Amino acid sequence: MMQTLRYVVSRDVLLAMRRRADVATTLFFFVIVASLFPLGVGPEPKLLRAMAPGILWVAALLASMLSLGRLFAEDYADGSLEQLALVPEPLALMVIGKVMAHWLVSGLPLVLISPVIALQFDLPAEAIVTLLLALLLGTPLLSLIGAIGAALTVGVRGGGVLISLLVLPLYVPVLIFGAGAVDASAMGMDASGHLSILGALLLLGMVLAPWATAAALRISLE
Amino acid sequence: MKLNWFKYASPVTFYPLAGKLIPGFALAAAILTVAGLYISFFVAPTDFQQGESYRIIFIHVPAAWMSMFIYIVMAGWAAAGLIFNTRLSSMMASALAPTGALFTFIALWTGALWGKPTWGAWWVWDARLTSELILLFLYMGFLALHAAIDDPRRADRASAVLALVGVVNVPIIYFSVKWWNTLHQGASVSMTMAPKMAATMLLGMLVMALACWMYSIAAALARVRCIILEREQQAEWVANLAKEPT
Repeated sequence: MMQTLRYVVSRDVLLAMRRRADVATTLFFFVIVASLFPLGVGPEPKLLRAMAPGILWVAALLASMLSLGRLFAEDYADGSLEQLALVPEPLALMVIGKVMAHWLVSGLPLVLISPVIALQFDLPAEAIVTLLLALLLGTPLLSLIGAIGAALTVGVRGGGVLISLLVLPLYVPVLIFGAGAVDASAMGMDASGHLSILGALLLLGMVLAPWATAAALRISLE
Repeated sequence: MKLNWFKYASPVTFYPLAGKLIPGFALAAAILTVAGLYISFFVAPTDFQQGESYRIIFIHVPAAWMSMFIYIVMAGWAAAGLIFNTRLSSMMASALAPTGALFTFIALWTGALWGKPTWGAWWVWDARLTSELILLFLYMGFLALHAAIDDPRRADRASAVLALVGVVNVPIIYFSVKWWNTLHQGASVSMTMAPKMAATMLLGMLVMALACWMYSIAAALARVRCIILEREQQAEWVANLAKEPT
């Protein structure tokens, strides 16, 4: 079972590494969106510092959502998704593997670059550490929730726009607690409450989302 | 006598049953609406803090209740459709969605109308308002996913999964008042505490809630009849129905 999981993860990561431009696109999307806000609202440092947690989280949300299309669509197009569904291991396991790979190539780089962006917004050091932790807890959750939307829209016309309508409302709790944690930390308060809720949501997502995604995939593959 | 619970699970038998039920529920909705509006405009006293503008709660609160309740019922039907693989359950789910979305919209709209004189703003980013807005997005997602998939059975099942995922959001809406302590006043009606409002106000609100309830049932049944006819247009009984003189 673990071997199958490892195989699915390494296959997806390998496929992504063969097309590094796709990975870089998501990352640069995040950087560009975050950089557009100061141009829009003006270079006032105080204002930017107050807006930074929200901006970074919304940018992370959008970047994570944009890369969801690749999660199942290509495998569906070349038929390997159906082969995965035929493997005598639970489909939810394959989903976990694919989601892990998705997070490794689209979530993790984003987490790693976020301190640099946070410096541009002049966030204090403690807030940057909180941001790192919150993104570390939150981005896997985004991939897990997004996988449900991606599985539901596999092979559906207009899937790209539809997926945002399905997934973004479900992202809201992550956004509230993720940005809330950074906000609290920037104001010198304890962020552990927000982080604990994010962690709890992540655990809940890890238990329920793969199962829902597998059910959605089975419906899409009929 | 042995009751056959599944007799009306088939569209063929449910279609005439729904036809017979609709006038009753529609009539009840009409009577309750008239009674509820009478109580809310002429019987209920003027609020000493908010003046006459508070009267919008007689439609706002029932609509907000219905918007959440219908989502849960819809998810229940969707789940039944997934589990028992019954066509009618999924049809009920998709028949309820537009009514639920309508009530969500009414709740938001009337809330804005109430907020302007009371809070001095059409919209505030309060937890409950925001959750209600997200509920509207969830309804829109359900409808959009259903519309995007051409095969009706697959559309039913895919949107059922989405409804079940979204139902996680409904308790968050309900408990958000406790989670975030914000502008919105606490729940006005509670089961455990004695109601803080005048008895006639409460009565008016409950009558209006019942009226909304009856309306929702009548509207959903009318819509499900259309859906049944649309989906079963190849079936023999629909062809016979069309031949019958009305």
